[in-house]
Parts: sequence; structure tokens; C-alpha cells
Amino acid sequence: MIARLRFHRAAPYVLLFGLLIVLTAIAYFATTAREATAASDVSADDVMSGEKLFAANCASCHGLDAQGQDGVAPSLVGVGAAAVDFQVGTGRMPMQASGPQAPVKPVQFTDEEISQLAAYVASLGAGPAIPTDEMVDPELGDAAVGMELFRTNCAMCHGSIGGGGALTQGKYAPSLLETEPRHIYEAMLTGPQSMPVFNEANISPEGKRDIIAYLTFQEAGSAGGAALGAIGPISEGFWAWLVGIGLIIAATVWIGARAR
Amino acid sequence: MTHHDDTSLTTEVEDTDVPAGFTDPGVADHEPRQADVDPKADRRAEWQVAAMFGISIIGTVIALVGYFTSDLDGSVASVRSANLWIGLGIALAMAGIGFGAIHWARTMMRDHEMVEERHELRSSDETRAAAIQNLKDGAADSGLGVEKFGGVRRRGLLKGSLITALAIAPLSLLVPQIANMGGDWDISKFAHTLWTRGTRLARDPEGTPIKASDVTIGSVFHVIPENLYESEHWIEEKAKAVVLLLRLKPEDLNIQPGREDWSFDGIIAYSKICTHVGCPVALYEQQTHHLLCPCHQSTFDVANGARVVFGPAKRPLPQLPIAVDDEGYIVAQDDFAEPVGPSYWERLTHIENEEA
Repeated sequence: MIARLRFHRAAPYVLLFGLLIVLTAIAYFATTAREATAASDVSADDVMSGEKLFAANCASCHGLDAQGQDGVAPSLVGVGAAAVDFQVGTGRMPMQASGPQAPVKPVQFTDEEISQLAAYVASLGAGPAIPTDEMVDPELGDAAVGMELFRTNCAMCHGSIGGGGALTQGKYAPSLLETEPRHIYEAMLTGPQSMPVFNEANISPEGKRDIIAYLTFQEAGSAGGAALGAIGPISEGFWAWLVGIGLIIAATVWIGARAR
Repeated sequence: MTHHDDTSLTTEVEDTDVPAGFTDPGVADHEPRQADVDPKADRRAEWQVAAMFGISIIGTVIALVGYFTSDLDGSVASVRSANLWIGLGIALAMAGIGFGAIHWARTMMRDHEMVEERHELRSSDETRAAAIQNLKDGAADSGLGVEKFGGVRRRGLLKGSLITALAIAPLSLLVPQIANMGGDWDISKFAHTLWTRGTRLARDPEGTPIKASDVTIGSVFHVIPENLYESEHWIEEKAKAVVLLLRLKPEDLNIQPGREDWSFDGIIAYSKICTHVGCPVALYEQQTHHLLCPCHQSTFDVANGARVVFGPAKRPLPQLPIAVDDEGYIVAQDDFAEPVGPSYWERLTHIENEEA
């Protein structure tokens, strides 16, 4: 037997309204929580730990007070948390040996240690902060706009799809195809090593996200098949000369040889 | 062509330089192939050729199946797989026929060595004499020659008009070409760009103006004139007017004599067109202040008036004199003081002198 329950006519609307409030609240707390982790609400403890890590791992070049040493390492006052997150988070720092290029290598610190180092360096002077997850989400960017920006500002060094390219005297612009979106953003913001700075006034935060979307789009690969490192005519020419002409020569020799 | 059956051929011409013992070794002895002597090998070669043709047939099927079953939904992966199957199929179809045909010819068709004897290159005396007589007859017949022949009168009128026609005919090709070239001698368009006094520097490609405060130290902006898109031929104008705007630490910047007021607080602007052959010079190394051209590695030192420090470029990048307007935007003071682009426009220096 089914009990016939009677509801007030407004009940569905009240329920819907209630649900809306709950969802909004959840969404609000979720975003603020994420922003909090991304911007890493800095505690005095973090700065203290960061200072110790700095003294042990970075001070030999950058100096105990992070003021830098002429001809050895730049001052880190005012470079901001973003620079630390990029340099240490991609393994570029601490450098293994001084040279023209600071190459990517296995990361030496945990995420927590990196955020502590970042907190310490950020406490030395105002500088660019680490971008939030939303700022670097390729899903939110426009790859077509990103391509236009990339072509004007980045492609001359990093190649048309970010495969990288050579600079002078052993320096090079690295490939961006495996770089994390956050690190791409931070590199534009801080101008690491040879790279110039592309601040928020030059390429807007939305523009930077569009560039990230364009680079992420490259992960699908090239419709033409093997990209051969996407570094342009060098690898393609190498392939054509060695494999293509090699095959032609092999076929010619085979045709001309006397059969047994 | 004759079948070669005599290996003791000797050269006809006796040359004293050739050692007395030298004789033409002739062609090597004919060696029968396995397929010639062994019926089993012949059968095997036959099967090999048939297999290659079979691979070609399979290749054609793969290409057709690839074409009809590929679902091109616009994704990179679908294009790749379609390319792979159609390409692989066509490659197998063509290579199978080619390799099969060659293998057939190599293993089973006759392989007897052939010798083709050279014939005498010189024509016989009678032929030569007849040819020369033909020419003489023709010349005399035309009446253009000096000697009279068989009552044909000399035709001075025809001779004169023919020579004139031949002499001036090339003009119909040359004059339009030279005249068209003449259109390009309007060199002033290379000496002037869209930059004028007060034109704001704007971001490429958005066209939004740039404030001096936007340009932080170490920054590089790719710049177009703010009014670029109003121009009818804006692509051509862009090719001449593009500028690189950078900011160095003021203490790093060695301001060139006579250009003391061309930059602003370490902010400096240079033409982006290489003075070698006109590529966009845009690889900027922030730490060394070197600007590198991707085409031929010309390197310019932006801290020292963009002088050439390496590579084939012959003169520094032209500097755009800039200032800051009332609203804080960066503006040009004037056009470039020298022609932008490749060095061969150096010959245009007289334009500067005229204007000065």
C-alpha cells in the first residue's frame, strides 16, 4: 500500500534553493582551498625552514643573505616565489656546475622543501608569486590565441611548436613539450637565465594561459607523423640525407649488381 | 648491336704512348646464374617475384581499406592513422611492383653481355661537300650575298630591313622589364616607415599601447605602431616598422653619443629587421644583452647601440628614438634616422643628407 504524502506546493523550490546554497558553499570552499595551497599561505615556520635550506644548499653561490656574488650568481632579493618554484622545481637549481646553460635535471627537493625555499626568498622582497591552478589550466585557455602570441613572442627561440632551439655559445632555448603548465607560466613571469621577462603587462594572465593551452595542444603530436624532435630542418634534413638518400643508393647498388 | 662472341678485340688505333703489351681485356667471361643452370633456383626466383607482386596487391588493398575505413573526425590521431595506412599501402603497392620487376629482370631474363661498336663520327666526304653546297646555294638564292647567282638580283632592301628587325626585336622583351624595374626605384618607401612623431608603441599583434611602467627590467616587447592596422597595406608596413622594445638596467646601457635623449630610463627600442638580409632579429638573451638573428647568426649588442658583435650583418640595428607622453605611454619621437633592413640600402644615405 502506498502512502499518499502531501507536500506544500513550494517544497520543490525550497529544496532546490537549499541545494543551490550548499553547492555554492562547496564550490566556494573548494576554490579558496585550492588558491590557498597554490599561493601556499606562508607561515613563519616555512620561512625559517626555508632559510636553513637556503643556507645549506644555495648560499655558497647566492651568498648567505641572498644578495648574490658578482660574476657568480645573481641576487635573489625580489625575484619572488615564482622564480624559486621554477628554478628548483625543474631541477635547474642548485646548478651542478657553472656553465652557459642551467639544464633541467632531477629535482633535488620535495614539494614541501621547495615551498619553504620559495617562502624564504619571497620574504626577502616583493616579487612574482606562484600562479594558481586556475591560472595555468590549459582547459580554460584558447589555443588559437595562444598560437598567435607564441608565434610573436616565443617561437623565434623555442621553435614554432616549442621544440626548442640553439642560442649562442652553448646556450639553448629548451623544449617546452614536457614542461608543466605552472613552470611555463613562471618562466614567462620571471625570465629565467637567458630568457627575457614577459610580465603581466606584456602578455596578460589570460594570454599566458592561452599559450599554455597552445603548448598542451601539441601533446597530441604532429598529424604528419614523427616530429623528429620538432627542431626544424636539422633533424628533418638529417633524416632525408641519411635514410632517404641511403635507401636510394642501396636500391641503385642492388639494381646494378650482377645476380648470382 | 651484336652479340659479343670474341674476347680478343684489339684497339684499332695504335698509340705509341700505350705500352706494347697492352691489349683490350674485353668483357669478363659470362657466368651463368643459379637460375640458368638449376631449375629449382629458377622456380624459387619465380616464386620470389610472384611474392613481391603479391605484396604489391596486398599494399593496394591496405591503401583502399585505409581510405574507406578512416574516420577523419578532425583529431590529430585520426589523421595520423589515415596517413599511416594509406601511405603504407601505397608504398607497398609501388615498391612491390618495382622490386618484383627488377628481380625478374635480374634473375630470369637473358643476361648476355652485349657490345655496341662505335661507328665513325665523321660523315663521308660526299655528304660533307653536299651540305656545304646546300648552304652556298641558299645564301646565293637569297640575294644577300656579294656574288650574283643565276640571275638573282641583290636584295639590299630585304637585307637592311631584316638586320633592323633582328636588332630591335629584343627591345620588346627588355623594355618592359627595365621599365618595371624602374617602378621599384622609388626608394623613398624603404627610407620611411609608419613611425612619426607621437606614434604610440603598441603590442604585436594586439595593437594595445604600452606604458613605460609596463616595461620592467629584463622585459622584451614585440612592437608595432599603434596605427598599423589603419594602414591600407598594413602587412608591408609591418614588415618595415616592427620594433623590439627592451629595458636594461640603466647602468648596463651605454648610451651612444648623439642619442642621449633617444631612450627612457633604460627603455630602448631597435628595429627588428636584420641589417644583413632582413630576417626578424628577435632571439634576445637577457643576461648578455645580445640579440641574435635566427637566419645567419648575426649578433647585436643592445647595450652598446646594437652594434654587430658577430655574424655577417654590416651595420647596427637602427634605433627608434622614443619618449613618454603625458599619459605615460611610450611614443616615437620621429621615424628611424636611417633606412631599416638590409645593408644594401646604405646607398640611400643621400636621402638622409638631403633631409638634414
